[in-house]
Amino acid sequence: MEKRLITLIVNEQAYEIYVNPKTLLVEAIRDHVGLTGTKRGCETVSCGACTVLVNDMAVKSCSVLAVQCDGMKITTSEGLEVNGKLAPIQKAFLDNGSYQCGFCTSGMLMATSGLLKENKKPTKDQIKESIEGNICRCTGYNSIVRAVEAVARGEYKEGSV
Amino acid sequence: MTTTKKAQEATAKKGQEMTTFGLAKEKLTVLNTHVHNIDGVAKVTGRATYSFDTKLPGMLYGKILRSPHAHARIKNIDASKALALHGVKAVVTGKDTLGIKQGIWRRYQELCDEQILPVEKVRYIGEPVAAVAAATEEIAEAALDLIEVDYEVLPGVFEPMEAMKKDAPTIHEGVERNINVTRHIEWGDVESGFEEADYIREDNFFCGGQAHMCMETRAAVSSYTPEGKLTIYHSNQSAYYMQALMAGVLGIREGDIRVIAKYVGGGFGGKFELDGAIFCTAILTMKLFRPVKIVYTREEDFIATKRRTPMHYWVRTGIKKDGTFCAREARVVSNGGAYTGMGATALYLTGFFHSFPYVWPAYRYDGYRVYTNTLPSTSMRGFGAPQAMWCSEQQLEWMATDLGLDPIEMRRKNGHYAGYEVPGQAYIASCGLDEALTKTKEWIKAKGKLPANRAIGYSAAGFMSGGIFNWFDTPYSFSSAVVTINQDGTVILHIGATEIGQGSNTTMAIIAAETLGVKVEDITVHSGDTDHCPADLGAWGSRQTLMTGNATKRACEDAKRQILEFAYAKMGLNIVYDLDIKDRWVHIVARPERGMPWEELCKIATRGKDGQRIIGRGFYTPHRKGMISPAYSYMMQAVEVEIDKETGHIDLIDSLTAHDCGTPINHLGLIGQLEGAFSMAAGYGYLEYMPYEDGKLMNPNLVDYKMIRATEMPETPIAEIDTYEPEGPYGAKEAGEGLTNPTAAAIGNAIFHALGIQMKECPVRPHMIVQALKEKEEKDKAAKGAKKGK
Repeated sequence: MEKRLITLIVNEQAYEIYVNPKTLLVEAIRDHVGLTGTKRGCETVSCGACTVLVNDMAVKSCSVLAVQCDGMKITTSEGLEVNGKLAPIQKAFLDNGSYQCGFCTSGMLMATSGLLKENKKPTKDQIKESIEGNICRCTGYNSIVRAVEAVARGEYKEGSV
Repeated sequence: MTTTKKAQEATAKKGQEMTTFGLAKEKLTVLNTHVHNIDGVAKVTGRATYSFDTKLPGMLYGKILRSPHAHARIKNIDASKALALHGVKAVVTGKDTLGIKQGIWRRYQELCDEQILPVEKVRYIGEPVAAVAAATEEIAEAALDLIEVDYEVLPGVFEPMEAMKKDAPTIHEGVERNINVTRHIEWGDVESGFEEADYIREDNFFCGGQAHMCMETRAAVSSYTPEGKLTIYHSNQSAYYMQALMAGVLGIREGDIRVIAKYVGGGFGGKFELDGAIFCTAILTMKLFRPVKIVYTREEDFIATKRRTPMHYWVRTGIKKDGTFCAREARVVSNGGAYTGMGATALYLTGFFHSFPYVWPAYRYDGYRVYTNTLPSTSMRGFGAPQAMWCSEQQLEWMATDLGLDPIEMRRKNGHYAGYEVPGQAYIASCGLDEALTKTKEWIKAKGKLPANRAIGYSAAGFMSGGIFNWFDTPYSFSSAVVTINQDGTVILHIGATEIGQGSNTTMAIIAAETLGVKVEDITVHSGDTDHCPADLGAWGSRQTLMTGNATKRACEDAKRQILEFAYAKMGLNIVYDLDIKDRWVHIVARPERGMPWEELCKIATRGKDGQRIIGRGFYTPHRKGMISPAYSYMMQAVEVEIDKETGHIDLIDSLTAHDCGTPINHLGLIGQLEGAFSMAAGYGYLEYMPYEDGKLMNPNLVDYKMIRATEMPETPIAEIDTYEPEGPYGAKEAGEGLTNPTAAAIGNAIFHALGIQMKECPVRPHMIVQALKEKEEKDKAAKGAKKGK
């Protein structure tokens, strides 16, 4: 299959990459762009470790082809901080101990960031639903929910580490 | 008996007061405050790199060819077509290895029974047969299809009861009836105990397997440093075990291998034995002198790592009418799968913890671990105890109900207490069970009357804080630590512990900061690297907080003693004065305002030492602490459950965890451990099911293997019960595993109280509830009919 030249705007930086049309977005991010914060935990779109924002919507990056995202804006966990200043959701994860091994954390951050972009005041049920497709084997999820609730309550201001 | 118990309690209490006296006087500044994990920023920014992310120049990608047969002789392997494929660099089979049978029970030759690449025979579906290294993962995968293996298929046996039969196929030559390990525990006069009992009950139970399901699948990158040292990045729970085991199978010295486990995406008991990823990459790297990476797919992780040990339990229990326990007898037959691994330990621990947390005047346990042609079973969070509690805590609940007793008070009446000795096995120095029972009772009372089909179930449990046994035959201390003080007051701590997400690096940083009298941000922790860190058995059996914690504390005390010598000299004090350090302030204990800054002292001390940095060393190996563990945690788990009678669907509504972990060190970490253990253990109770057909796992993916998701997780309020454990650092004991033990049984008991049915198999799936309700209805009808007939 002929490779295609596409542009991914990852964390506000445009990357021109040659990819096989079968290349998944997660592979493009990890192997072509070289950002490894986005993880993979399955082959069945079941675990959510690869969740990123595509044009501000939370998407499992193993469920779309890289070529489908040509020209689109992708945000990964590496794109949440600005010049070393953590985003509110990252600070809330730290304060609430919302990670342990850390392997699902990028996906959790992006799934909940996607939710908060859509809905600034989500209910607990909405928060839980937003991460229903993300597996965390360590925390039991409640600390993640508490972190999102804290952000929704306005406990963290943007860029104020 | 009562007087003895009271006297023992009094002695223990006195002991505790004496031990805590000094502590109470000492102001703690770091312990149990709100501390972020020291690797937190790395993890929330995506900067933490795991073995899964490791990429080295010139790296090749490996894939493993796996057996499609449960039991077969390997007659021939022809890799010529695979080797001819462009991009394939090497194919290795058992013949390219030394053929050494290895196992983690190194002291016992007969239990070292696994060749990671078998030479003659495969014993389970998914077992590695060959490994390929190629330029890309795709080429490696394509090459697998080109390897021709000539198998002689042998009859397989999949259930332990079948495998023990005389005419069953032999899985390992010379092992009679496929019985791999037996274990016996006994104390008291069991026969007399049962004679004294008013009520004796017998039940058969079955507890299924469970997948560790670490988010990071097994992953390894083997390589040589430019200088020629074999260096392996590997996702594991014990870098030292991997180093030692790999040295054994490669026939080289431990010191010639470096294992690095920097960030590890979960372990849960499944990552401290050799796996195909580490072994095959090393063999390929040694052949090619190039880095090779293998990452398991999720399916490989399911079918070819290991699993929680499935167990058949027979339990007979004798109780007096007033609820006093008389005797218990239990027999276990476990499905060992194809190899020993950590399964031998699980067989002992299930028998030991089946007696927990109660005083049994007489107790007898016999365990049999049986080889089958299935995925090997091993340790998993709780280490045999979740199975033990599933059976014990449900049977006790049924017996209390039959006798019309308050089940919580019955537990209290027979519960462990500080000062109790489990005969010949263990000494209990701290125990918060009584308070955990009270907290549970209060919570249930506050709940009031519940709607129909809803009930609360609960279960007690206890667990160890690290194991005393040394089947690994390590010549090193179980834990060691080295602390270095820089001239500017910053501190570098080297520990052999492995951080797998449980927060052990943060725990050690807290202990170091508290002991030295500095702040957590002054401490840099290095762990999980065999070249740079002292040996430590690693992260399993809830051992690191107590054992590595003690080593860390002692190392820091050693350094502090050295550095305070310079403070005494500098301050010219009367020798009766005590000096201490808190919050970077070196001061006279009696006059805290008189002192000097820590960083100033560090400069003085470094100069005074002829320019040498102060280095403290500490180590810990348990001595004279019985057979099992230096300390035990205690807990109660209550769960409110609602069941749909039509579908059998189980809904977790609410929960209460009451847990005694001694003195908490890291508050945030503690909550995380308890909530996480709850979710994994609840999943074991009603979701996580591993069905096998003729040795083949039928659901090796995350669509069909069900686990708790965020929407299924109930609230998890926690009642922290603080005790003081004299053997633990600052009084601490385990928090990571114990709570995996009671939860499944708590769900079982909730089902019993909601619907009056007794579930003897876990996980409880919906059809089992529907079936049990149907049977109960028929039985009730028959009983009614018989009554009418009279």
